[in-house]
Formats: sequence, C-alpha cells, structure tokens
Amino acid sequence: MATLVFVESAEGKIKNTSLEAVVYAARVGGDITAIALGTEVEDTELESLGKYGASKVLKVSDDRLNQGVIQAYANVLSQAMDNIGADLLVLANSSLGAPVSARVAIKQDASLVSNVTELPDTSNGFKVKRSIYTGKAFANVELTKAKKVIAIKKNAAEISESEGSATVETFSPELSDADFGVSITGVNKATGDVLLPEAEIVVSGGRGLKGPENWGMIEGLAEELGAATGCSKPVSDIGWRPHHEHVGQTGVKVSPTLYIAVGISGAIQHLAGVNSSKYIVVVNKDEDAPFFKAADYGIAGDAFEIIPKLTEALKAAR
Amino acid sequence: MKILVCITHVPDTTSKISFTDGDQKFDQTGVQFVIGPYDDYALARAVELKEQSGGSITVLNVGGAETEPTIRKALAIGADDAVRVNADPKDSLFVAKQIAAHAKEANYDLILMGRESIDFNGGMVHGMVGEILGIPSVSPVMTLDVEGETVKMSREIEGGKETVEGKMPLVAGCQEPIAEWKIPNMRGIMSARTKPLNVIEPVSDEVATSLEKYELPPAKGAVKMVSADNVQELVDLLKNEAKVL
Ligand SMILES: Cc1cc2nc3c(=O)[nH]c(=O)nc-3n(C[C@H](O)[C@H](O)[C@H](O)COP(=O)(O)OP(=O)(O)OC[C@H]3O[C@@H](n4cnc5c(N)ncnc54)[C@H](O)[C@@H]3O)c2cc1C
Ligand SMILES: Nc1ncnc2c1ncn2[C@@H]1O[C@H](COP(=O)(O)O)[C@@H](O)[C@H]1O
Repeated sequence: MATLVFVESAEGKIKNTSLEAVVYAARVGGDITAIALGTEVEDTELESLGKYGASKVLKVSDDRLNQGVIQAYANVLSQAMDNIGADLLVLANSSLGAPVSARVAIKQDASLVSNVTELPDTSNGFKVKRSIYTGKAFANVELTKAKKVIAIKKNAAEISESEGSATVETFSPELSDADFGVSITGVNKATGDVLLPEAEIVVSGGRGLKGPENWGMIEGLAEELGAATGCSKPVSDIGWRPHHEHVGQTGVKVSPTLYIAVGISGAIQHLAGVNSSKYIVVVNKDEDAPFFKAADYGIAGDAFEIIPKLTEALKAAR
Repeated sequence: MKILVCITHVPDTTSKISFTDGDQKFDQTGVQFVIGPYDDYALARAVELKEQSGGSITVLNVGGAETEPTIRKALAIGADDAVRVNADPKDSLFVAKQIAAHAKEANYDLILMGRESIDFNGGMVHGMVGEILGIPSVSPVMTLDVEGETVKMSREIEGGKETVEGKMPLVAGCQEPIAEWKIPNMRGIMSARTKPLNVIEPVSDEVATSLEKYELPPAKGAVKMVSADNVQELVDLLKNEAKVL
C-alpha cells in the first residue's frame, strides 16, 4: 500500500496534528510519502518527518501555496496521489485539511471519513471509528471504495519518534488560474500563543467571571500551565473574548489532556466541545452546576479566590 | 441573486443520544428535531442577503417525509420554496451527489450550507458539492458579503481568521457569527403552509461508506471534589494521579 500524508506547518514548523497524521499512516503500514505545500518550511524540517515514519517528502515550492487556497491544495494532493500511486490519503481534520479532503475524495473517487479517532481495523476490509453527534457517540464505518481518504481527529495516534530521515523531492504539479479562483486577501492570526484546537491543556472561562477585565487570572493560570485559553459561547457573543476561543457545539471542539473550566455552568452544548478531553477540572461556585457531572476533579467555590491560589500552588510545585 | 440553502434535520442539541436495532439505528424516541444550527446560520444570512438585494431562496433537504416540518420551518423563516430529495441520507457522498444534481439544473449564484451537520459532523458535503460542480467551496465561513459578482468572506483558521474573496457561483459552509438565528413570525408561519415544497427522487444511490455499528462512549467515573481551602490537593492529584502536569 502507498500512502500520502498531507502535512501543514505554522511558522516554519510542521504542526503536531500533522505529525500525528504521519504516525497514524505509518502504523497503518505501507510506504509513506508526506507532502508539504509552499516555500516556508526548510528541508531539514521536512527530512525530520522520517522520525515519524515517512520515507519521502514531496515538496511543492510554489509561493502561491504559502496560503491555504482550498481548490489549489486539493488539486495538488490529488496529482500527488496519482504520482505515487497512493491508495490512501491521511490528513489532520483541521480548518484547511477538512475542506481540502472533501474535494480530493471526489477527484480520486475515494471513500472519505472525517473525525477518525482510532487506527483502522484492516482485518476484513478497511473499517474506522469516527466521532459523531459532536463527541456524544461513535460510528464504526467501512470505507468501501478502492481509494480512501481519512481525516483524523486529534489524539487518533500517539506521537512517538524513532531514528530516520526522509528524502525530500521536488514535486511540480500543474495548476491553473481556476485553482486560485478564490484568493486570500488577508490573514489575522494570533501568533506565538498556544493554539486552542491543538493545545494539550486548555483553561476556559465562562460568564461566571463577570467581565473581560477579569481574564487576567485565566491568562495567568494558562501561562503557568503552557495552556491555551478558551471560553463559553455567551462570553464570545458579548465580545469579552474573540470568537475563535469559543468552545462547544457551535465553536471549537477541543481534545486536550486537561481541560479546566472556570465559571462555566456546563450546558450540554458546551460539553459537546470538550467531551473528548482526557481529564476535566471544574471550578464553579455552585456545587450543583451540571459541569461537575462531566468532571474528573472539581472545586466548589469562588473562582476569584481559587484561581490565583491554584496558580501560586502550581508555580510552587514546578 | 438565486440562493440555495441546504439544511439538515437533526436532533436538538440537548438530545440524549442512544441507538436501537442492535446499534444500527439512532433512537428517535422522545427526540425533538430541528434545523441544524449551522444550517440555520446559513439560512439566516441568506434571508439578510435577500432583504438587501432581492432574489430568491430555495431550501433543500435530502431526507424522508419526516423532515417536512423542519423544511416548513425554513420556509417560515424566509425561504421562498423548497426541494426534498426523497431518500435516506446514507453518507456524505450520497447527499453531495443529490445536491449537485439539483444545483446543476437550477443554476444558483450561491450555495450556502452549514460548516457541518451536527449528527455526523462530517464537514464534507460542501466541499464535495463544490468539486462535483467545478466551483469554489469555502468553509468554515464566519462572514459573507456580496458586492456585484464578488463574494467577500472571512474563514476561520486555527487561532484566527483569513479574509477571502471569489466570484459567484460558489459554495460556502457557514458558522457564526455570520448572522443571528431568525425566529419565524406569525406571517412567516402562515405563508410557509402554501409555499411550494417539491419532492424529487434521488438521482443516484452511490455511496462510499457502509455503517457497521454505532457505539456510546464509556460512562464517566464520579467526580472527585477538592475543598476550596486546599488547592494543593488538586495540584497533587493532577500531578500524581492524572499525571497531566
Ligand atoms: C444551539 C445552541 C448551541 C450552543 N452552542 C454553544 C457552544 O458551542 N458553546 C457554549 O459554551 N455554549 C453554547 N450554547 C449556549 C449554552 O446553552 C449555555 O447557555 C452556555 O454554555 C452558558 O455559558 P456559561 O456557562 O458561561 O454561562 P452561565 O450558564 O451563565 O454559567 C455561569 C456559571 O458561572 C458560575 N459562577 C458565577 N460566579 C462564579 C464565581 N465567582 N466563581 C465560580 N463560578 C461562578 C455559575 O454558578 C454558573 O454555573 C449553545 C446554545 C444553543 C441553543
Ligand atoms: N441530508 C442533507 N440534506 C441537505 N443538506 C445536507 C444534508 N446533509 C448535509 N447537508 C449540508 O451539508 C452541510 C455539511 O454537512 P456534513 O458534511 O454532513 O457535516 C450541512 O451543514 C448541510 O448544509
């Protein structure tokens, strides 16, 4: 089997979610080729994908691809699949990977499944487990076409490194103006911070924090933990926090190892965005808040007293 | 401007999820069905665009007769007519083929969908429809404005957003804050009863996946409460028991 893995980068580094995709593909088996688009990643970084199981990396050095143009990306990935004779494409179910994979599946007449949470069962056909109903359930589905595309959810494969170096090859697909019919005219992105969808630890605040001026203690705790900050929907609706921090059914779905919820009641729509977290800590002054039922650890009390104390205790424990 | 809005008929976000028939079917007992929340945003934006510059809105659903109350609700919110493709939505490819076949005939300027359905959360149908029709697809879209033939959008990316623009026709998968959800008023509800709802048969039964079975996540253990005076205990638990620090 030949597998293509689409890898994304941020600030010159391959994203962890993409490393997971490479590891996932390597565990499925076969010959693994990664593909990176644009000119922003150094060859040494690409070679390092060998440590995760890629034998080769196709590098598409076209500066029009420094931005994630969905149609152009789909066209490149499809041509790369043809080029290496791939019967499987693996990618992270990211804001770019998801819309791109849908178009590739049509181009390749492939079966596509997104939000895959585990390695496939290939003992009889090719079956995967995927998250459905916003994390409230799973479906085991078989991909019935000869070619397959799978978009994996965070933590579908645990990253591990070994020795190895991938060879980097230039790949020059044919692109036309039509592939760039939609143009990206600006990017506005928080840099340096830990990105919420990819974070290992998330600290979220809700309406219980009373106002945006009180977010200092949430940020302080997050900084101490190297965590990303999140919030409930009403908090972003009223503009206390930016929209991309809104967690839940209609916002970002997170899968960190630790989710700390402060002053959030735990409405079912909020829980839908956090239910694949490994551990959940809830701080709420109402001991009957529904969130405690979904938590592993809880403190019933006033966040304004507890959070600064917790931050101090963590600092001392370092 | 001719707009198509594709809507799903899904369990209300507060529904308890369970399965029947040997975990082969979703258990509908006691479940209230609604327009998918993301599809509802797409519809709300379509209504605003029509208010601004005229045109028409068609809503489409691939589903059995049981989805008609949901379709009527979309008509009450402001769609002009509706199409129901009379079939069980088997998978995203199946749905995309139906939508694309209808759209090819009807020549829409804009095809608005939700960023994802909240039952299968595929987030795939819009991209598939765009590819089948050979037109751009953009998702997840947070704002969308039309200036002449140009559609200006912002698209959410990890940790921020990007501004994008393209020419019509195109497909967009919508999410908040593109528009405020709209609640149908009495006049809307009355007029929805007589607006056309055309039922058409599927054009193909091609699928790309087959369901083995559904399953529920393992039940969560009981919460361990820590006293508010003893945050140190929480730090110890996180460190030594959960081993997450
Ligand atoms: C279709 C739909 C989709 C939705 N999608 C989402 C979504 O994606 N994400 C989301 O979050 N919501 C979503 N909602 C909204 C959701 O139903 C809740 O309204 C929302 O999550 C509540 O936010 P909250 O917990 O911050 O506020 P509240 O419910 O007001 O809770 C505030 C909490 O803070 C506690 N508190 C107050 N003071 C303190 C203090 N000093 N110290 C500690 N605790 C304190 C209170 O006890 C309370 O539990 C959706 C709703 C619908 C209908
Ligand atoms: N059965 C359906 N009928 C009409 N539109 C649908 C259907 N399923 C999905 N869609 C549209 O496609 C979007 C993405 O769905 P999905 O790819 O299933 O997450 C939804 O938000 C709807 O706009």
